[in-house]
Amino acid sequence: MNVPDPNCPLLVRDLTVSYNKRPVLWDVDYAAPAPTPAVAAGGKAGEPSRGNLIAIVGPNGAGKSTLLKAALGLVPVTMGDCLFFGQAIDRVRDRIAYVPQRESVDWDFPVSALDVVAMGGYRALGWLRPVDKATRVRAMSCLDRVRIADLAGRQIGQLSGGQQQRVFIARALMQDAPLYLMDEPFAGVDAATERAILTLLRTLRDRAATVVCVHHDLHTVGNYFDHVLLLNSRVIAAGPVATTLTEANLQIAYGGRLTLLDRAADALAGRGLASGAGEAIR
Amino acid sequence: MSQMELFWTLDFPAAASAVLASVLCAVLGCFLLVRRSAMLGDAISHAILPGIVGSFLLVGTRSTWAMLAGAAVAGVVTSSLVDLLHRRLKLERSAATGAVFCTMFSLGVIMLEQGARNVDLDADCVLYGLLEGINWPALGKAAGGGAGAASGVAEVLAGAPRQLVTLAVALVVTVLVLASLYKVMLLASFDAALADALGFRSRVIDMVFAALVAVAAVASFEAVGSILVVAMLVCPAATAAQCSDRFGVRIWLAMVFAVVAAVGGYVLAVHLPRLWGSGDSVLASGMIATLSGLMLCAAVGVRVVMMKLRRAGMREAGVQHEGVGGAGG
Repeated sequence: MNVPDPNCPLLVRDLTVSYNKRPVLWDVDYAAPAPTPAVAAGGKAGEPSRGNLIAIVGPNGAGKSTLLKAALGLVPVTMGDCLFFGQAIDRVRDRIAYVPQRESVDWDFPVSALDVVAMGGYRALGWLRPVDKATRVRAMSCLDRVRIADLAGRQIGQLSGGQQQRVFIARALMQDAPLYLMDEPFAGVDAATERAILTLLRTLRDRAATVVCVHHDLHTVGNYFDHVLLLNSRVIAAGPVATTLTEANLQIAYGGRLTLLDRAADALAGRGLASGAGEAIR
Repeated sequence: MSQMELFWTLDFPAAASAVLASVLCAVLGCFLLVRRSAMLGDAISHAILPGIVGSFLLVGTRSTWAMLAGAAVAGVVTSSLVDLLHRRLKLERSAATGAVFCTMFSLGVIMLEQGARNVDLDADCVLYGLLEGINWPALGKAAGGGAGAASGVAEVLAGAPRQLVTLAVALVVTVLVLASLYKVMLLASFDAALADALGFRSRVIDMVFAALVAVAAVASFEAVGSILVVAMLVCPAATAAQCSDRFGVRIWLAMVFAVVAAVGGYVLAVHLPRLWGSGDSVLASGMIATLSGLMLCAAVGVRVVMMKLRRAGMREAGVQHEGVGGAGG
């Protein structure tokens, strides 16, 4: 095998993961596109290169979250491996920021929003050094970037779902990493939060960062993301959204489920019920 | 023996042991509570038995330090086994905890029966402790100033009761470890996945914590008994949790509550029976555990009342607000 490309933010090779002896991920091969240098993208030399927003899309139980966790070494891997920037995870941990699903933690935990964001800076502090002033100042500025600096002192259980998600993303910003792995950052958030997160992700991309998101909403994939990895235990397709998210590919990934929903939607639209329902809400 | 000498010989070392044990358990309890594994304290305080017996079989005498080491090993084994059952066999965490600690405890009983029949381990003593059995004659004599008083501080300290010394050492070690690992302990308790992703192995942190709980349980049980250990691992931390949603504040509050329960419980145990004319005192460790439980009940009660008041206040404000809005419209 040739030498792995150090520019490739995430390279998955023959990855197989199983739970209870049933494969969740089967022989997954994927190479995330490397950031494009400014010149190649039509900009001037010296400008920062442009990263990519990548969506991992697939039906429930397709192994989307598992792919992120396996890549990070959080779940045991049956076969295969993952390289970040051409290296094993343990050598590049400070270049990867991970945002787990919001439900994965206990929000009654007695810490403030600022405390949680500061956790993103722990790696720089090491095992023994306590949280210092500089870390707290940086945490405050990260909270400001997600527009909830005024909630810094609030116990995290007192925040809304959208605010909690912003706290998680601010925590990832603390690491100032070139690669972000986010597990459903748009799940269950309000419209304002969704816009704020999207704006932030685009800013990150424009500063050469690569953002990989597990995403559940097929309708927004095209607007939000540049690249897509269509997953259903195996890789169904991967590449730029426009050429990858085709009906044929979706058909393979989602099987009969999607057609059934589509047919129901078509039937409703045909009878004018869908638009009628929309107006009733207004 | 003068009243003064009696106090410093008997009451002071006993009460001090109770205080140290209570504070030690209360601090660890704060972490147990936020990790949602309060049962682990109960489990480890039982599962250390094979560690204690094993260390006795290895060393041959009942050495405190060997016992502490054996218990720490047993604590780590317990936590690892629970984790293994949970991860590999998909057994629910509390079920795994129950299965492991019963097995470990039974193993300890068998080892005790078969190999160490002559070891001096009394079941009653394990449960209730022997707080009243702790005494410090050298201190009493020094305070009383009677004949045969120890001449120097060093001599008095050398006569300190073994249980008190063990507890003091355990407390210092625990506080040092927790203080230096405070932030990663908190991180691993809140979000183990992030801890792992950042390169702080949460399994290692779990093991260190289990070892600390095991050491605390052994250091305490001889003095105050395992029932008080379990009570103190839960009650002060739970009481503090009713009062604050800041972890740092909770730890300080839990320590204060632990001291109040220990001193108050000890004093009550000595003086309460006199109220109805009984000359005997009641069991101090039982009284301390009861008091800490009552404190928890009181804190929960106060919190419920306060929430009701606040809700009533909000409703009143809401009515006023509506009234203003109505007038405006």
